[in-house]
Amino acid sequence: MCLAIPGRIVELLTDPPVHLAMVDVSGVRRRVDLGLLEDDLPAVGDWVLIHVGFAMSRISESEAEDQMRMLAVLGEDAAAMEEVRGYGLEGRDP
Amino acid sequence: MKFVDEFRDSDLIAKTRDEIRRLADPGRHYRLMEVCGGHTHAIYRFGLKDVLPENIELIHGPGCPVCVLPMGRIDDGLALARRPEVIFAAFGDMMRVPGAHGSPLEHKARGLDVRIVYSPTDALKLARTNPDRHVMFFAIGFETTAPSTALTLMRARAEGIENFSVFCNHVTIIPAIRAILDSPDMRLDGFIGPGHVSTVIGCRPYEWIAKDEGKPIVVSGFEPLDLLQAVVMLLRQMKEGRTEVENQYKRVVPWEGNRAALGVMAEVFDLRPYFEWRGLGFISQSALRLRDAYARWDAERVFNVEGVRVTDPKAAQCGEVLKGVLKPAQCKLFGKECTPEHPVGALMVSSEGSCAAYYNYEHRKTAASLRILTPA
Repeated sequence: MCLAIPGRIVELLTDPPVHLAMVDVSGVRRRVDLGLLEDDLPAVGDWVLIHVGFAMSRISESEAEDQMRMLAVLGEDAAAMEEVRGYGLEGRDP
Repeated sequence: MKFVDEFRDSDLIAKTRDEIRRLADPGRHYRLMEVCGGHTHAIYRFGLKDVLPENIELIHGPGCPVCVLPMGRIDDGLALARRPEVIFAAFGDMMRVPGAHGSPLEHKARGLDVRIVYSPTDALKLARTNPDRHVMFFAIGFETTAPSTALTLMRARAEGIENFSVFCNHVTIIPAIRAILDSPDMRLDGFIGPGHVSTVIGCRPYEWIAKDEGKPIVVSGFEPLDLLQAVVMLLRQMKEGRTEVENQYKRVVPWEGNRAALGVMAEVFDLRPYFEWRGLGFISQSALRLRDAYARWDAERVFNVEGVRVTDPKAAQCGEVLKGVLKPAQCKLFGKECTPEHPVGALMVSSEGSCAAYYNYEHRKTAASLRILTPA
């Protein structure tokens, strides 16, 4: 729950007012909610930090790498991937 | 200082360590609180205590959401789960946290419909796909998770989903820091401010700590170098007689926070007059509840909640550890009755709880296991 998981946006699935994106986290692709970045929506290729299925901040690629490495060193990487695999966010499929 | 050599950026770490030694007054004992449980975990994992000089003591703060939740709230939530129509949905972190009559997981084993969700929107999805049931999301967390709950509630309202509610246990970090500063048995010299909470609230809400309380606070990242740099920044402020809010984690934390996240929180939540925290007692205006416009989705108003108060097991000293008055190993149950496998208190459940962190990295300390592996 407190894990901040870095992911890269591979596809925008926005259908306002709901903003979703397909995000790649270490090869696993899941839908993530962009609603909390609505003021300044990220683009395809951007990196974000994800909390409980919601992108919470935009970060650089190197920060994303650092964060993934931190999760591994803290022994939280498996929990992070379990969380990402568990996201069942519904699409309003375009 | 053998751990230092194994860190990434070990040159920089060594330089930062030297800077800390240069700045710290050897005649003074510094007590610095890291507010965030994620920092506590990192500090133990990296063995930072062994890098810092002995007169710099890190005190573990209240920033672990499952740790500060009083047992009565878990029991109240699980009591509602006994209703046949209710599906009790919560994050995995909650599942092993003991209530007076067992954890959510134990209740599941006894036949209650308890489900793990990884996002509040997944709880809403459960409500959509189970129209004949009522999905109650047991929400916990500081400002890192509260905006997600808020946005989920806005969606439920917009879509008119009525078989969904939130049992809200969201808390806010600022009043907890105030309670700690007001506590007579606590003397602190400065704070390492939380990283991810600050991505939401920004740095401004900490200004009173510097201005009114005269304590420096530095918002920090989670890497060993981040935490050591935060200590340098705190020591430098103290040496120069400044007390300010500084941001070491600028690469992630904007000074103003996340405006959209703050906006949805303000739309959905207001402050409870008071809320009970484990270890810290009742703190006024320290927790969030649903605004009247969202009463229809507020589990505490949809159902009759008993409001039970459960005192912690007598021998467990979670409260003292949470306040930083006792170290984890000074609790009578630590490592005996209370272990990560069989937790008595919540601090032993969460990896961000100081007891679990201490147990995993100090108590089980062996020459090999504590070494920081340089990642490939």
